[in-house]
Amino acid sequence: MSDDATTTTGETGVSDCTQTLRELDVFLDGELSNHQQAAIRHHLDGCMDCLGAFDFHAELKIVVAQKCNNDEMPPGLLGKIEKCFGTDFSGDGQIG
Amino acid sequence: MADQAMFADDAMQYAPQLYSGALRMTRNRSDAEDLVQETYLKGYRSFHTFTEGTNLRAWLFRIMTNTYINSYRAKQRRPDETELGEFEDLYLYKNLGALQDASVGRSAEESLMELLPDDEVKQALEDLPDNFRLPVILADVEGFAYKEIAEMLDIPIGTVMSRLHRGRKAMQKALYDFALERGLVAAQPAAADSTFGQDS
Repeated sequence: MSDDATTTTGETGVSDCTQTLRELDVFLDGELSNHQQAAIRHHLDGCMDCLGAFDFHAELKIVVAQKCNNDEMPPGLLGKIEKCFGTDFSGDGQIG
Repeated sequence: MADQAMFADDAMQYAPQLYSGALRMTRNRSDAEDLVQETYLKGYRSFHTFTEGTNLRAWLFRIMTNTYINSYRAKQRRPDETELGEFEDLYLYKNLGALQDASVGRSAEESLMELLPDDEVKQALEDLPDNFRLPVILADVEGFAYKEIAEMLDIPIGTVMSRLHRGRKAMQKALYDFALERGLVAAQPAAADSTFGQDS
């Protein structure tokens, strides 16, 4: 994925934080290599500031996923879909 | 070869997710309903091209995304490649995070769940321009991997990543603005910590 991912030195400092925060999205998306993930976790173990930011965004991700995926389907929709199945589609292709 | 009788059995379970996704894409119930129906119709007709053992959910979302881009997006006459304004990284965290800390006795997740009403989160997502909204829907609502999203939208992985980053930031700005309107956060933003996040 991201080739500019850098490993932390183990020293908690501003430049480590900057590098770690740069990887926040990709880390939370589960798209870093095992090695890169381990480096981030190592930094987070010793840095409450970055840990707070990572936690917040991890939670925000859960909130967005849940709140944007809870819509009630219109009552007739499943029936309309099922009516498509087994229909001869040689006609005009109109649905429902 | 995958046969059509199987399609009805296997594909229906994804209807609620497809409907929510369609609603976030089209932003209205009637178009969302049509889009889901069209997706199932196309899926049923072309199920012989589906490779058994691969991800049926991803296959359906790919059909739906393509259908949306080709028929619905054109209809909506919105600008295609809208740019987003700049918004500082971690701004929402710096301003809402403090509020979370104050809610003693709750897990942070519960309080964020309560702090952000469903309607505002949906609105913040739906207000994003298409080229940012689609990657955010596919990644953050549907949980697809960068590679899958790149294939669905036919854009490079690097573009998926940068649109996700900027789309998420714009969503966070919208959520911050909503919180401001409700008086949830003070109009004077928290000062940036001198050692943390300022240069991010």
